Amino acid sequence: MAERTQKQKPTPARTDETVEAAPAVVGGSDKLKAELDDLLDEIDDVLETNAEDFVKSYVQKGGQ
Amino acid sequence: MAIPKVCGIETEYGILVRGPVSESTSNPVSASSLLINAYLAANLRKVGWDFEDEHPGSDARGFSVSDLLEPEIETHLVNAVLTNGARYYVDHAHPEISTPECRTAREALVFDRAAEEIVWASMQAANALLPPGAEVLCHKNNSDGKGNSYGCHENYLLARDVPFGRIVHQITPHFVTRQIVVGAGKVGCELPGVSTTDVSFQISQRADFFEEEVGLETTLKRPIINTRDEPHCDASKYRRLHVIVGDANMSETATLVKLGATSILLAMIEDDLIGDDLALANPVAAIRHISHDPSLQRTVLLRNGRRATALEIQWGLLELALKYERSHGLEPVGHEVGREVLALWEGILTGLESNPGSVAHQVDWVAKQRVLEAYAARHDVRPGDARLKALDLQYHDLRRDKCLARRVGLDVLTTDAEVHHAMTNPPLTTRAYFRGRCLAKWPDQIVAANWDSMVFDVGREPLRRVPMMEPLRGTAESVARLIDESDTPAELLARLGS
Repeated sequence: MAERTQKQKPTPARTDETVEAAPAVVGGSDKLKAELDDLLDEIDDVLETNAEDFVKSYVQKGGQ
Repeated sequence: MAIPKVCGIETEYGILVRGPVSESTSNPVSASSLLINAYLAANLRKVGWDFEDEHPGSDARGFSVSDLLEPEIETHLVNAVLTNGARYYVDHAHPEISTPECRTAREALVFDRAAEEIVWASMQAANALLPPGAEVLCHKNNSDGKGNSYGCHENYLLARDVPFGRIVHQITPHFVTRQIVVGAGKVGCELPGVSTTDVSFQISQRADFFEEEVGLETTLKRPIINTRDEPHCDASKYRRLHVIVGDANMSETATLVKLGATSILLAMIEDDLIGDDLALANPVAAIRHISHDPSLQRTVLLRNGRRATALEIQWGLLELALKYERSHGLEPVGHEVGREVLALWEGILTGLESNPGSVAHQVDWVAKQRVLEAYAARHDVRPGDARLKALDLQYHDLRRDKCLARRVGLDVLTTDAEVHHAMTNPPLTTRAYFRGRCLAKWPDQIVAANWDSMVFDVGREPLRRVPMMEPLRGTAESVARLIDESDTPAELLARLGS
């Protein structure tokens, strides 16, 4: 396998059990958080009102 | 010797009708037919698909507006060719669009986006025909969360003389690991016995459904490499690699890199420059192992006994590709497109390695995970909550006002103008040009069409079939003037003959 000259250590894992917000990029973290908050506000407006019914009703036939 | 990587992408869309159900929407087959017929009626296209080389028994058919609301009979599934050279049809209870043949990955991206727009236009046209309160939903995804999967397939032109075994061994590592770049993300897991707490989020929509390394099946026991050998062109010169393992992408960057990186690696395989160093010991286990680990930490076993992460394998492939660019150039995929793809691929791998959140504007699974985690934090939602699954589905919702992927800040690489143009105009540099132009100019005199031929009604017996066995012939450069200067198909055929 080809060698890479610079190997950076990956950031610590986001585990599946946590419900923390995504870690911000170094620098500009406030801006990103604000963008994410705006996004969440928007999503709350458009998200299906009855999630459980919607998810239950979403069935597809198998395709290729 | 690498040949031009003509490519295309076929997407099976999820379909659901809500509200008052009528006879025409009572099942997904008839709903899909209504959807497509509604689009065709709005655009006055009546040419049917010619199955002569595929399976027997289906006739080209026209239709009228009054036909639209009648239930479709299973044996006459709607199957149309569009003026952009694409095929729009019902396949296994899903509406499906196959893009026309494209010369580059970037062109295929534009036509994939055009396909989304066509489906959106179809939804609006169909909704107008449904009873009040009823609406059609379509999703560009691959999994209903209940064990059913449907595909987003890629097609690549390859030289026939490349041994199929070499293709299998040398592209499999990419098909197993590319999901970290192009996976669409999924809440939950389809494997029996795996709970939501074991796998609450995974990288790929499709990984759970792959059970074989190589095979012919596409609907069950799905293989990572599909051996379907239906080139739809000169089989002595060409092979069409039919790839079923990918996720449908909402991110334009992901679609471009999915098609582009694969095209480059296939060109390298034609030139025998990938080798076997990255071959995996157990690709089926690996594809799930990697999908179930959004932390990107897990390693998989290579045939040579070493272990490597998906990221390391992708870096290995990218480095080989960069070497190939320097030694051979990227003519088979288009120099500029190839350069752009390599730069994007490198940037994404760099981002995934240092800070995955930094590629949320390019990588679907990262964008989706970011939203899921933030939403869960704001509303104190636990794994397994239906709202998370609803968010997952709505990420792929093609209703313009509901689609979450349009709201998460994904980069847009195409322009509205070029996408709109591609809804009705074919590519210029493949045989799709000839197909699309003829369909636009003489829709009533083309009896049927498929990928490698068209059948014209020249006004007298017999019908005339024009073979199109070369994907790179029938381009604008060679036939635009012929078509422009011919008033009738009979004239066109006379000129083609001379």
